[in-house]
Amino acid sequence: MVTLGHYLIVSGMLFTIGFAGVLLRRNIIIIFMSLELMLNAANLSLVAFSRFRLTPDGLPNYNAQVFVFFIITVAAAEVAVGLAIIVALYRARQTTHVEDINSLKF
Amino acid sequence: MSPFLFWLFAFVMLVFGAAVVINRNPIASALSLVICFMGLSALFISLDAFFIGIIQVLVYAGAVMVLFLFIIMLLDLRMEQLRKLNIVAVAGGLAVAMAFFIQIYFVIGQLSAAKQPFPPLAAVKTDDVHNVGLLLFTNYTLPFQVIGVLVLVATIGVIVLSKRELR
Repeated sequence: MVTLGHYLIVSGMLFTIGFAGVLLRRNIIIIFMSLELMLNAANLSLVAFSRFRLTPDGLPNYNAQVFVFFIITVAAAEVAVGLAIIVALYRARQTTHVEDINSLKF
Repeated sequence: MSPFLFWLFAFVMLVFGAAVVINRNPIASALSLVICFMGLSALFISLDAFFIGIIQVLVYAGAVMVLFLFIIMLLDLRMEQLRKLNIVAVAGGLAVAMAFFIQIYFVIGQLSAAKQPFPPLAAVKTDDVHNVGLLLFTNYTLPFQVIGVLVLVATIGVIVLSKRELR
């Protein structure tokens, strides 16, 4: 029997993998992919709650799915802008390694 | 939703999600991310969210990942040269991530709703696209238009950022 808790734990595991990726990796593109993993983990728990809290006429709660739709749209826009910034950064510095980009470091 | 399929797709999603972080080659990471998103969209479909599942494949596995691969190709990123691994930083990062997961685990353990199975739907077929679209154009009209402006601003921003000479 698959319960709501199973989906929430799987979502938490995916979020933790993305979080660990942001903390551990030094390649800026991999850090960006880990951010996408975290956004999608949030989407999974939203959809699980949408299926769990049915409306009185027995349909999933579509408010959560509209919210997921908005998150996916914003994430797509964010990927486009972020990758353009990475390309501009690579043109200026010839590196994607975050430890080489330390001008603002105290 | 059959438990076997749930475990299969959750396993595929988590293994390839971990592969994204572990792989040293950016292209292998990007392709692992595609398979991870495929597993995630299968989980969405197992939750009767067909529209979101299809959108996940189209937008992420289709558009976003092609963009990632294109940028990796454009920057000509090879295998990362092996730098000296900072053991203290790696151990600290893993410890923080594990502490975070343990916290999530206990919070979900205390949630009484987490132990209940999903209630059955009124009908086997749900009119997903119809219902989401109805909400988008009634309750959420203003956020929908704001998202449109956001996408326009992002498009213009990308064009400005990609110009040769930045001022």
